[in-house]
Amino acid sequence: MHELSIAMALLEVAGEEAQRHGSARVVAIHARVGPLSGVMAEALTGAYELAREGTAFEGCRLVVEQTDITGKCTTCDAVRGVVAAQDLRCAACGEVIREILTGRELELTAMEVES
Amino acid sequence: MNESAAGSQTRMVQVRQNVLKHNDLIARVLREKFCGAGVFVVSLVSSPGAGKTAFLEKLLGMLRERGMRVAALVGDLATENDAVRLARSGAPVKQIITGTVCHLEAQMVEDAISRAEWQLAELDVLFIENVGNLVCPASYDLGEALRMVLLSVTEGEDKPLKYPSIFNTADVAVVTKMDLAAAAGCDVGLLTRNIHQVRPGMEVIETSARTHAGLEKIAELLARRRTLVK
Repeated sequence: MHELSIAMALLEVAGEEAQRHGSARVVAIHARVGPLSGVMAEALTGAYELAREGTAFEGCRLVVEQTDITGKCTTCDAVRGVVAAQDLRCAACGEVIREILTGRELELTAMEVES
Repeated sequence: MNESAAGSQTRMVQVRQNVLKHNDLIARVLREKFCGAGVFVVSLVSSPGAGKTAFLEKLLGMLRERGMRVAALVGDLATENDAVRLARSGAPVKQIITGTVCHLEAQMVEDAISRAEWQLAELDVLFIENVGNLVCPASYDLGEALRMVLLSVTEGEDKPLKYPSIFNTADVAVVTKMDLAAAAGCDVGLLTRNIHQVRPGMEVIETSARTHAGLEKIAELLARRRTLVK
Protein backbone atom coordinates (compact mmCIF):
# COMPACT_ATOMS: atom_id res chain seq x y z
CA MET A 1 0.00 0.00 0.00
CA HIS A 2 2.53 2.60 -1.07
CA GLU A 3 -0.24 5.01 -2.11
CA LEU A 4 -0.17 6.28 1.50
CA SER A 5 3.52 7.21 1.11
CA ILE A 6 2.64 8.84 -2.21
CA ALA A 7 -0.28 10.76 -0.69
CA MET A 8 1.97 12.02 2.11
CA ALA A 9 4.60 13.09 -0.42
CA LEU A 10 1.85 14.87 -2.37
CA LEU A 11 0.78 16.82 0.74
CA GLU A 12 4.39 17.70 1.52
CA VAL A 13 4.94 19.15 -1.95
CA ALA A 14 1.53 20.88 -1.87
CA GLY A 15 2.38 22.41 1.52
CA GLU A 16 5.63 23.85 0.17
CA GLU A 17 3.88 25.25 -2.87
CA ALA A 18 1.09 26.77 -0.78
CA GLN A 19 3.69 28.53 1.34
CA ARG A 20 5.55 29.72 -1.73
CA HIS A 21 2.34 31.19 -3.17
CA GLY A 22 1.41 32.75 0.17
CA SER A 23 -2.00 31.10 0.24
CA ALA A 24 -3.95 30.87 3.47
CA ARG A 25 -5.85 27.70 2.67
CA VAL A 26 -5.80 25.13 -0.11
CA VAL A 27 -9.29 24.17 -1.26
CA ALA A 28 -8.33 21.60 -3.88
CA ILE A 29 -5.25 19.79 -5.15
CA HIS A 30 -5.04 18.69 -8.76
CA ALA A 31 -2.80 15.75 -9.59
CA ARG A 32 -1.97 13.90 -12.80
CA VAL A 33 -1.38 10.15 -12.71
CA GLY A 34 -0.30 7.95 -15.61
CA PRO A 35 -1.03 4.23 -16.07
CA LEU A 36 2.74 3.50 -15.96
CA SER A 37 3.43 5.51 -12.80
CA GLY A 38 2.90 2.49 -10.56
CA VAL A 39 0.14 4.34 -8.72
CA MET A 40 -3.57 3.57 -8.93
CA ALA A 41 -5.74 6.68 -9.00
CA GLU A 42 -8.48 5.10 -6.85
CA ALA A 43 -6.02 3.88 -4.23
CA LEU A 44 -4.36 7.30 -4.18
CA THR A 45 -7.70 8.99 -3.55
CA GLY A 46 -8.43 6.61 -0.66
CA ALA A 47 -4.97 7.07 0.83
CA TYR A 48 -5.21 10.82 0.44
CA GLU A 49 -8.31 10.94 2.63
CA LEU A 50 -6.33 9.23 5.39
CA ALA A 51 -3.18 11.29 4.89
CA ARG A 52 -4.93 14.69 5.07
CA GLU A 53 -6.55 13.99 8.47
CA GLY A 54 -5.18 16.21 11.20
CA THR A 55 -3.21 18.33 8.72
CA ALA A 56 -3.78 21.76 7.22
CA PHE A 57 -5.32 19.94 4.25
CA GLU A 58 -8.32 18.60 6.12
CA GLY A 59 -11.30 19.42 3.90
CA CYS A 60 -9.09 19.95 0.85
CA ARG A 61 -10.29 18.00 -2.21
CA LEU A 62 -8.05 15.88 -4.44
CA VAL A 63 -8.84 15.90 -8.13
CA VAL A 64 -6.97 13.22 -10.08
CA GLU A 65 -6.59 13.46 -13.82
CA GLN A 66 -5.59 10.17 -15.43
CA THR A 67 -3.35 10.45 -18.48
CA ASP A 68 -3.08 8.08 -21.42
CA ILE A 69 0.00 6.28 -22.62
CA THR A 70 1.30 7.85 -25.80
CA GLY A 71 4.52 7.42 -27.71
CA LYS A 72 6.36 8.19 -30.90
CA CYS A 73 5.26 5.85 -33.67
CA THR A 74 8.01 5.60 -36.26
CA THR A 75 5.66 4.16 -38.91
CA CYS A 76 2.99 6.86 -38.54
CA ASP A 77 5.73 9.43 -37.86
CA ALA A 78 3.43 10.90 -35.20
CA VAL A 79 2.60 10.78 -31.51
CA ARG A 80 0.02 8.05 -31.02
CA GLY A 81 -1.87 6.30 -28.24
CA VAL A 82 -1.05 2.66 -27.51
CA VAL A 83 -3.33 -0.38 -27.51
CA ALA A 84 -2.92 -0.91 -23.73
CA ALA A 85 -0.34 -0.80 -20.95
CA GLN A 86 -0.05 -4.55 -21.59
CA ASP A 87 0.43 -4.03 -25.31
CA LEU A 88 2.66 -1.11 -26.21
CA ARG A 89 1.79 -0.98 -29.89
CA CYS A 90 0.49 2.00 -31.84
CA ALA A 91 -3.32 2.09 -31.61
CA ALA A 92 -3.47 3.33 -35.21
CA CYS A 93 -1.10 1.00 -37.10
CA GLY A 94 0.05 -1.69 -34.67
CA GLU A 95 3.77 -0.79 -34.82
CA VAL A 96 5.69 -1.41 -31.57
CA ILE A 97 6.20 1.86 -29.64
CA ARG A 98 9.66 2.06 -28.12
CA GLU A 99 9.66 5.68 -27.07
CA ILE A 100 7.03 6.45 -24.42
CA LEU A 101 6.16 10.15 -24.19
CA THR A 102 3.33 10.21 -21.64
CA GLY A 103 1.88 7.74 -19.16
CA ARG A 104 4.51 7.83 -16.40
CA GLU A 105 3.28 11.06 -14.76
CA LEU A 106 2.91 11.38 -11.02
CA GLU A 107 2.58 15.12 -10.66
CA LEU A 108 0.99 17.86 -8.64
CA THR A 109 -0.32 20.09 -11.42
CA ALA A 110 -2.37 22.85 -9.79
CA MET A 111 -3.95 24.02 -6.57
CA GLU A 112 -7.09 25.95 -5.87
CA VAL A 113 -6.25 28.33 -3.03
CA GLU A 114 -7.90 31.00 -0.95
CA SER A 115 -5.90 34.16 -1.26
CA MET B 1 -11.87 33.77 -9.38
CA ASN B 2 -14.34 31.30 -7.94
CA GLU B 3 -16.59 31.46 -4.94
CA SER B 4 -15.90 28.66 -2.47
CA ALA B 5 -18.58 27.23 -0.21
CA ALA B 6 -17.50 29.55 2.60
CA GLY B 7 -18.01 32.47 0.28
CA SER B 8 -14.36 33.50 0.17
CA GLN B 9 -12.42 34.06 -3.04
CA THR B 10 -10.35 31.24 -4.48
CA ARG B 11 -7.89 31.14 -7.35
CA MET B 12 -6.08 28.42 -9.25
CA VAL B 13 -2.30 28.32 -9.15
CA GLN B 14 -0.43 26.19 -11.67
CA VAL B 15 2.29 24.17 -9.96
CA ARG B 16 3.63 21.22 -12.00
CA GLN B 17 5.85 19.40 -9.52
CA ASN B 18 6.72 15.72 -9.36
CA VAL B 19 5.01 14.22 -6.34
CA LEU B 20 8.19 12.29 -5.53
CA LYS B 21 10.50 15.22 -6.16
CA HIS B 22 12.21 14.87 -2.78
CA ASN B 23 13.04 11.24 -3.55
CA ASP B 24 14.11 12.18 -7.09
CA LEU B 25 16.44 14.89 -5.79
CA ILE B 26 18.18 12.48 -3.39
CA ALA B 27 18.38 9.89 -6.18
CA ARG B 28 19.99 12.42 -8.48
CA VAL B 29 22.63 13.28 -5.89
CA LEU B 30 23.26 9.56 -5.31
CA ARG B 31 23.61 8.93 -9.06
CA GLU B 32 26.19 11.72 -9.36
CA LYS B 33 28.06 10.33 -6.36
CA PHE B 34 28.06 6.79 -7.85
CA CYS B 35 29.24 8.08 -11.25
CA GLY B 36 31.95 10.16 -9.61
CA ALA B 37 33.18 7.14 -7.64
CA GLY B 38 33.07 4.93 -10.74
CA VAL B 39 30.76 2.36 -9.12
CA PHE B 40 28.11 0.71 -11.28
CA VAL B 41 24.87 0.43 -9.31
CA VAL B 42 22.32 -2.25 -10.13
CA SER B 43 18.95 -2.57 -8.42
CA LEU B 44 16.99 -5.82 -8.30
CA VAL B 45 13.19 -5.93 -8.12
CA SER B 46 10.82 -8.89 -8.14
CA SER B 47 7.87 -10.38 -6.31
CA PRO B 48 8.62 -12.09 -2.98
CA GLY B 49 10.13 -15.53 -3.53
CA ALA B 50 11.25 -14.99 -7.13
CA GLY B 51 14.80 -15.81 -6.09
CA LYS B 52 16.55 -12.44 -5.88
CA THR B 53 18.67 -13.44 -2.90
CA ALA B 54 19.71 -16.85 -4.26
CA PHE B 55 20.54 -15.26 -7.62
CA LEU B 56 22.53 -12.46 -6.02
CA GLU B 57 24.39 -14.77 -3.64
CA LYS B 58 25.67 -16.84 -6.55
CA LEU B 59 26.39 -13.80 -8.71
CA LEU B 60 28.34 -12.02 -5.95
CA GLY B 61 30.42 -15.17 -5.42
CA MET B 62 31.17 -15.52 -9.13
CA LEU B 63 32.09 -11.85 -9.60
CA ARG B 64 34.36 -11.96 -6.55
CA GLU B 65 36.17 -15.00 -7.90
CA ARG B 66 36.92 -12.92 -10.98
CA GLY B 67 38.48 -10.20 -8.87
CA MET B 68 35.60 -7.75 -9.05
CA ARG B 69 34.95 -5.61 -6.02
CA VAL B 70 31.25 -6.01 -5.28
CA ALA B 71 28.92 -5.15 -2.39
CA ALA B 72 25.20 -5.33 -1.73
CA LEU B 73 22.45 -3.53 0.10
CA VAL B 74 19.34 -5.59 0.78
CA GLY B 75 15.92 -4.30 1.78
CA ASP B 76 13.32 -6.21 3.77
CA LEU B 77 10.40 -5.34 6.01
CA ALA B 78 11.94 -7.36 8.85
CA THR B 79 14.88 -9.71 9.66
CA GLU B 80 18.51 -9.67 8.58
CA ASN B 81 18.20 -13.15 7.06
CA ASP B 82 18.90 -12.04 3.51
CA ALA B 83 21.99 -10.06 4.51
CA VAL B 84 23.30 -13.16 6.29
CA ARG B 85 22.70 -15.27 3.16
CA LEU B 86 24.35 -12.75 0.84
CA ALA B 87 27.32 -12.34 3.19
CA ARG B 88 28.13 -16.03 2.62
CA SER B 89 29.48 -14.92 -0.76
CA GLY B 90 32.21 -13.03 1.12
CA ALA B 91 31.05 -9.65 -0.21
CA PRO B 92 30.32 -6.71 2.09
CA VAL B 93 26.56 -6.61 2.71
CA LYS B 94 24.29 -4.22 4.58
CA GLN B 95 20.67 -4.91 5.46
CA ILE B 96 18.06 -2.15 5.23
CA ILE B 97 15.06 -2.91 7.43
CA THR B 98 12.14 -0.87 6.15
CA GLY B 99 9.64 -1.67 8.92
CA THR B 100 6.21 -1.07 7.44
CA VAL B 101 7.43 0.43 4.18
CA CYS B 102 7.01 -1.96 1.24
CA HIS B 103 9.78 -0.54 -0.97
CA LEU B 104 13.16 1.17 -0.78
CA GLU B 105 13.46 4.93 -1.11
CA ALA B 106 16.53 6.93 -2.10
CA GLN B 107 16.95 8.26 1.46
CA MET B 108 17.18 4.70 2.83
CA VAL B 109 19.92 3.91 0.33
CA GLU B 110 21.83 7.04 1.24
CA ASP B 111 21.54 6.28 4.97
CA ALA B 112 22.62 2.66 4.52
CA ILE B 113 25.67 3.63 2.51
CA SER B 114 26.81 6.13 5.12
CA ARG B 115 26.18 3.63 7.93
CA ALA B 116 28.14 0.95 6.05
CA GLU B 117 31.09 3.35 5.75
CA TRP B 118 32.05 1.85 2.39
CA GLN B 119 34.51 3.64 0.16
CA LEU B 120 32.45 3.76 -3.02
CA ALA B 121 35.53 4.41 -5.15
CA GLU B 122 36.85 1.01 -4.05
CA LEU B 123 33.81 -0.81 -5.45
CA ASP B 124 33.19 -1.92 -9.03
CA VAL B 125 29.53 -2.93 -8.70
CA LEU B 126 27.04 -2.21 -5.94
CA PHE B 127 23.80 -4.20 -5.94
CA ILE B 128 20.64 -2.96 -4.26
CA GLU B 129 18.12 -5.73 -3.63
CA ASN B 130 14.72 -4.13 -3.19
CA VAL B 131 11.89 -5.42 -1.00
CA GLY B 132 10.00 -8.23 -2.77
CA ASN B 133 7.19 -6.28 -4.40
CA LEU B 134 6.23 -5.75 -8.03
CA VAL B 135 4.15 -2.63 -7.47
CA CYS B 136 5.65 0.05 -5.25
CA PRO B 137 9.35 -0.02 -6.22
CA ALA B 138 8.36 1.09 -9.74
CA SER B 139 7.79 4.66 -8.56
CA TYR B 140 11.05 5.21 -6.65
CA ASP B 141 14.32 6.14 -8.29
CA LEU B 142 17.23 4.88 -6.15
CA GLY B 143 20.00 6.45 -8.21
CA GLU B 144 20.80 3.13 -9.87
CA ALA B 145 22.34 2.87 -13.34
CA LEU B 146 20.52 -0.34 -14.18
CA ARG B 147 17.26 -1.78 -12.92
CA MET B 148 16.87 -5.54 -13.17
CA VAL B 149 13.44 -7.13 -12.85
CA LEU B 150 13.50 -10.81 -11.88
CA LEU B 151 10.72 -13.25 -12.61
CA SER B 152 10.70 -16.95 -11.76
CA VAL B 153 9.31 -19.67 -14.02
CA THR B 154 6.89 -20.73 -11.27
CA GLU B 155 5.04 -17.40 -11.25
CA GLY B 156 3.03 -17.75 -14.45
CA GLU B 157 3.77 -16.38 -17.91
CA ASP B 158 1.33 -13.48 -17.56
CA LYS B 159 3.09 -11.75 -14.63
CA PRO B 160 4.48 -8.98 -16.89
CA LEU B 161 0.96 -8.21 -18.14
CA LYS B 162 -0.32 -7.93 -14.58
CA TYR B 163 2.46 -5.58 -13.47
CA PRO B 164 3.30 -3.49 -16.56
CA SER B 165 4.74 -0.51 -14.63
CA ILE B 166 7.60 -2.37 -12.99
CA PHE B 167 8.55 -4.12 -16.23
CA ASN B 168 8.27 -0.87 -18.12
CA THR B 169 10.67 0.93 -15.75
CA ALA B 170 13.24 -1.90 -15.81
CA ASP B 171 16.28 -2.12 -18.10
CA VAL B 172 16.84 -5.88 -18.07
CA ALA B 173 14.62 -8.87 -17.27
CA VAL B 174 16.08 -11.95 -15.59
CA VAL B 175 14.12 -15.19 -15.67
CA THR B 176 15.06 -17.24 -12.58
CA LYS B 177 14.70 -20.93 -11.56
CA MET B 178 15.11 -22.13 -15.17
CA ASP B 179 15.99 -25.57 -13.76
CA LEU B 180 12.31 -25.81 -12.75
CA ALA B 181 10.87 -24.61 -16.09
CA ALA B 182 9.87 -28.05 -17.37
CA ALA B 183 8.49 -29.20 -14.00
CA ALA B 184 6.48 -25.98 -13.65
CA GLY B 185 5.22 -26.29 -17.22
CA CYS B 186 6.42 -22.77 -17.97
CA ASP B 187 6.33 -21.62 -21.59
CA VAL B 188 9.44 -19.41 -21.51
CA GLY B 189 8.81 -18.23 -25.08
CA LEU B 190 5.40 -16.90 -24.08
CA LEU B 191 6.87 -15.36 -20.94
CA THR B 192 9.45 -13.53 -23.06
CA ARG B 193 6.80 -12.33 -25.52
CA ASN B 194 4.76 -10.98 -22.61
CA ILE B 195 7.80 -9.12 -21.28
CA HIS B 196 8.31 -7.58 -24.72
CA GLN B 197 4.69 -6.56 -24.92
CA VAL B 198 5.09 -4.27 -21.90
CA ARG B 199 8.72 -3.34 -22.57
CA PRO B 200 9.56 -3.73 -26.25
CA GLY B 201 13.15 -4.71 -26.94
CA MET B 202 14.18 -5.35 -23.32
CA GLU B 203 17.01 -7.86 -22.93
CA VAL B 204 15.83 -11.08 -21.28
CA ILE B 205 18.33 -13.45 -19.63
CA GLU B 206 17.38 -16.96 -18.47
CA THR B 207 19.15 -18.09 -15.31
CA SER B 208 19.27 -20.69 -12.57
CA ALA B 209 20.99 -20.03 -9.26
CA ARG B 210 21.06 -23.77 -8.66
CA THR B 211 22.85 -24.79 -11.89
CA HIS B 212 24.55 -21.37 -12.40
CA ALA B 213 23.06 -21.29 -15.92
CA GLY B 214 22.97 -17.79 -17.39
CA LEU B 215 25.18 -16.20 -14.73
CA GLU B 216 27.96 -15.88 -17.29
CA LYS B 217 25.59 -13.86 -19.47
CA ILE B 218 24.77 -11.63 -16.50
CA ALA B 219 28.49 -11.01 -15.94
CA GLU B 220 28.87 -10.12 -19.63
CA LEU B 221 25.86 -7.80 -19.45
CA LEU B 222 27.29 -6.00 -16.41
CA ALA B 223 30.66 -5.57 -18.12
CA ARG B 224 28.96 -4.24 -21.27
CA ARG B 225 26.56 -1.83 -19.53
CA ARG B 226 29.29 -0.61 -17.22
CA THR B 227 31.42 0.46 -20.15
CA LEU B 228 28.46 2.33 -21.60
CA VAL B 229 28.02 4.35 -18.42
CA LYS B 230 31.71 5.15 -18.01
